[in-house]
Amino acid sequence: MARWGMVIDLDRCTGCAACMAACHQENNIATAGPEEARDASRVFQWMRMLKEVSGEGADVRVRFMPQPCFNCDNPPCVRVCPVHATYLSPDGIVGQVYGRCIGCRYCMVACPYGAKVFNWLDPEWPGDLKRRANPDVSLRPRGVVEKCTFCHHRIIRAREAARLSGRELEDGDVTTACAESCPAKAIVFGDLAEAGSRVSRLARGPRAFRLHDDLGTEPKVIYLAEKK
Amino acid sequence: MNERVQLEVPATSLDDSHDEDELLRAVEEHGVGFKVTFTLLGMVILFCWAIFGRQLLRGLGVTGLNQPVSWGFYIVNFVFFIGISHAGTLISAILRLTQAEWRRPITRMAEIITVVVLAIGGLHPVLDLGRPDRMLNIFTSGRLQSPLLWDVCSISAYFMASTVYLFLPMIPDIALLRDRGARPHWFYAFLSWGWQGTPRQHAVLERAIAILMILVIPIAISVHTVISYIFAMTLQPGWHSTIFGPYFVVGAIFSGIAALMVVMIVLRRVFHLERFLKPIHFDHLAKLLLVMSLLWFYFTFCEYITAFFGNEPSEMRVFFYKFSGGFAPYFWGMVACNFLIPVVLLAFRRFRTIPGILFASIAVVIGMWLERLNIVIPSLANPRLPYPTGFYVPSLVEWAIFIGAFASFILGYAIFSRFFPLISVWEIKEGKKHSLAATSERVRGYLPDPLPQKVIGGESS
Repeated sequence: MARWGMVIDLDRCTGCAACMAACHQENNIATAGPEEARDASRVFQWMRMLKEVSGEGADVRVRFMPQPCFNCDNPPCVRVCPVHATYLSPDGIVGQVYGRCIGCRYCMVACPYGAKVFNWLDPEWPGDLKRRANPDVSLRPRGVVEKCTFCHHRIIRAREAARLSGRELEDGDVTTACAESCPAKAIVFGDLAEAGSRVSRLARGPRAFRLHDDLGTEPKVIYLAEKK
Repeated sequence: MNERVQLEVPATSLDDSHDEDELLRAVEEHGVGFKVTFTLLGMVILFCWAIFGRQLLRGLGVTGLNQPVSWGFYIVNFVFFIGISHAGTLISAILRLTQAEWRRPITRMAEIITVVVLAIGGLHPVLDLGRPDRMLNIFTSGRLQSPLLWDVCSISAYFMASTVYLFLPMIPDIALLRDRGARPHWFYAFLSWGWQGTPRQHAVLERAIAILMILVIPIAISVHTVISYIFAMTLQPGWHSTIFGPYFVVGAIFSGIAALMVVMIVLRRVFHLERFLKPIHFDHLAKLLLVMSLLWFYFTFCEYITAFFGNEPSEMRVFFYKFSGGFAPYFWGMVACNFLIPVVLLAFRRFRTIPGILFASIAVVIGMWLERLNIVIPSLANPRLPYPTGFYVPSLVEWAIFIGAFASFILGYAIFSRFFPLISVWEIKEGKKHSLAATSERVRGYLPDPLPQKVIGGESS
């Protein structure tokens, strides 16, 4: 069984936010509308861009850190859900059952990374956005929690394609929308269980670290630290 | 040899013909006051529901909740109201269990608070759901591993137990109302369960109350422990603490006693119960409140000093957010209301008067609400990762529910006082009949036994 994971090279990331835009398109993330976005900042993303500003004046330095859901192997959100609406699948993806979620937001509160997002209002689809929605990804109603799925639909599609051509899924067959769109190729997606895959080789490298590893959540998104 | 202390009891106070009339007057001769209160509060509550309708139509986006503060007033009030509910049953159970004779006029009032407030508090998490229409998923696909499910179990058990615990000691009074011809007759006839006051019925009733009062104490403690677990079981800074269970229980009892005294002082005024609720009752409860205030301070101190001394970065962000940051007014307001004001007012006999106690109790109720606010919001407002944080500002809808909840509490109490006596008539009667003898008998049991005659004789020879 695969164990899907992601490596994000912070040395390559330019903070261009192409990953955010691609994720938004790919996963049919609802828009909030101009007023809600401006007045209540009710915009949400599955892929967020964390910013850290240090230094002053001419020495100012901004670091970026793209942050999807870490799909932890020991997910605190799954533990607290009262209705089995979020679960850890055997291939290591933390899923969300939109049809069962009661919207108590306990998982959001329990997630130390704030990776889960909530549909505070009815999703808005200005113009013909709804018609252009990705048919592989279900639209979410108001009042449920949603999250990054590591583009699970792409994994299913690739697996089907591999099966049709009578071969095993290989490294590089599947990639997520964010990884695909990254102009700096900072994001690598793949199977961590496969020792030879690019992602697991990078994850074993000297620059690899996981965010708040001390919490014991076992994130499957591994960052590569910047070179000095 | 055996010196007997004869208690001087003025004859008039043992005569209970007035008590019954006086205590049942609110039920039998309810005036226009009830109707006015009922209409006004009913209008307030309807208005609040109308405002809340916006949330049902548009979703939780009409509240001030957002990322990362995704729990706000609803959860704060949930914890607060369930905390208040410990007033009742727990206090009255402990007072009954310890045979504190001064409990007699207090227990019923405390038990009513519990039932009314549990119903209101228990509704709050439902208001907080994004999909209230799917609420029953909790039962059809519930996960018992989730602390929220523990809450559902424990709060519903507490609601059941405390309702029965309120109802059972009321049966003789309901029968009394039935016999005195209170209307609607069928209502009292049904609820009195065929009570005739036979010795057997009395024995069964006493036994049932005795079982329930013991049962209700662990359930009540479990309720607020489990509510604290909702927070303590997560990894969030400021929440993940081992003393959260007892800390919440102490706070709950603390706020419960304060709410009980506010209710008692108000009702004493409204229903002219000065003869029954005497300064001595308030004095005893005030001392209890003082003890709880000190205990609360001790727990708070332990909770914050460990966080401070550990100096963990994410803990410290939450700590300083409360101590000197955006939440400082609420934090220090909480310390003032929960510790400084009650301790100063209640420790000195000069201030421990009824107005002083009322002031201290109101301060504690406000302070304990602030405490819940201080627990829920700052931890959420300071996430571990550098993500834009926003100050949580509750919206109109949340304020409406807040006001509606308080109005519902008053309305619930008003409706109860319209149909049932607020002070247990039969227990007061029983107190007058048996307590004096029983207490002096009990005290005599504590005193050293007289020396047997034979030994005295042996020593002298």
